[in-house]
Order: sequence, then structure tokens, then C-alpha cells
Amino acid sequence: MKFAIVVHGAPYSSEGCLLALRFTEAALAGGHEIVRVFFYHDGVYTATALAAPPQDEIDIVSRWRQLHETHHVELVACVASCLRRGILDPTEAERYEKPASNIAPGFLISGLGQLIDATLNADRVVTFGA
Amino acid sequence: MKLLFIQSKPPHGSINAQEGLDAVLMGSAFSDCTLLLTGEGVLQLIKSQDPTDLGTKDFARTFGALRDYGVNNIYADAASLERYQLSAADLVIEVETLAASEAAALIASHDKVLNF
Repeated sequence: MKFAIVVHGAPYSSEGCLLALRFTEAALAGGHEIVRVFFYHDGVYTATALAAPPQDEIDIVSRWRQLHETHHVELVACVASCLRRGILDPTEAERYEKPASNIAPGFLISGLGQLIDATLNADRVVTFGA
Repeated sequence: MKLLFIQSKPPHGSINAQEGLDAVLMGSAFSDCTLLLTGEGVLQLIKSQDPTDLGTKDFARTFGALRDYGVNNIYADAASLERYQLSAADLVIEVETLAASEAAALIASHDKVLNF
């Protein structure tokens, strides 16, 4: 089955982000396809390259990146949500004349159309709320 | 493909309602979209809200534009409206009210559901 995953919750603040990660890992292990993971609302905080969680806690950002590297899962963060919250790729940093970009490797910043596209192309869309 | 957007968050206190409506507008560019407001989400429909003093955007105006975007099917859960003692005269747009059983049928009649 083809799943689209939507993440609304910020890592650590919300269990939704972690549940989405574990659901995605389990779906892939079960032989399913992930059309795309779309990070929206506070979920876009997952896409920061600057998270440095304590060593005895799960590194949520790295676990998502591993899914991208191992299974080529597309990780897309909503551009409008990102810009509001200070998650920038080099293009946006330059456009808005900000001093740095901070998008984590493996993540892409793109538009809300990617959410709708994933929804239309999946058999199921699963939203993990905040 | 028929998409159903369900809004269940209150209009203020978080940006979820505003960003959810943005998703509805985007969805309308690609597909046949329906909007259902339920639970605290019905509070989004109260007319003459003025968030100026909150310092947040007055996004309720978006409701008035939905039909221009082709989102013609807009529903509100009747029990939620009753809970907050809201009648048609209190709302910023006309909506069709649904009993709980009808909401279940509405969900079943759509291909995908996006929750906000």
C-alpha cells in the first residue's frame, strides 16, 4: 500500500512526530511504499540541522534522515510554515537576506502543493497531529 | 478525487486553523474539496471576530473566499454548533449542518481525509 504521511507536531514537544517516524519505519519494514512525508505546522521543526538532543535520548532528526538515506523517503517541509519558524534552505536564506540556513540534510523545503500531490497519489494519508 | 478537510481546532491559541485553511485553498487548485468544521473548529465560523489586539492575522476572511475557490460544500457539525449555542445568524458564511451519523457518511463518501 502507498502511504502519505503528514506530521503536524514538533519533535520532542509532540509525540506525533515520533509516532510518525515509527509508523513510517514500520510501514517500510512491512513492504509498503511511502509516497512522501510532509511536515506542516510545528512539524517543520523536524527539519532543522541544528538539533542536538542529549545522548541518552532518541535523535529524531537523524532517524528521519536515515529513512531518507536508506529508503529514499522524500521528506518535505512546508515553505510557508518553515519561513514563519526560521527553518531555511540556502535559497530562502538568500531570498530573505538571512545570515544562515539550517535545513537538515535529506529534507526539502517546498510548497503546500506537495501535500495535496502526496494525498492524491497515495492509497492512504495518515496525519500525525500536534 | 474527493478530498475532505476536517477543521477541529479553535481559531485562536494556535496557528492550526489558519494553516489548515491554507491547505484547503491549495487543495481546491488540484481537486474537489469539501470542508467540515467540528468540535472547537466551529468557533472559526463566528462572524465579526477581531484579532487585532491579539496581534494575529484576521484569517476568518478566507471563509468568504472559499466559494470563489470552488469549495462549495462546507459543513458544520450540528452538535458542536449547539454546544457553543451558535445559530446561522452567528456565522460568517452559510454552512450546511450535519448530525453525527451524517458526518460519518460524509467522511465515508470521500476518497481522502486531511485533519487539521
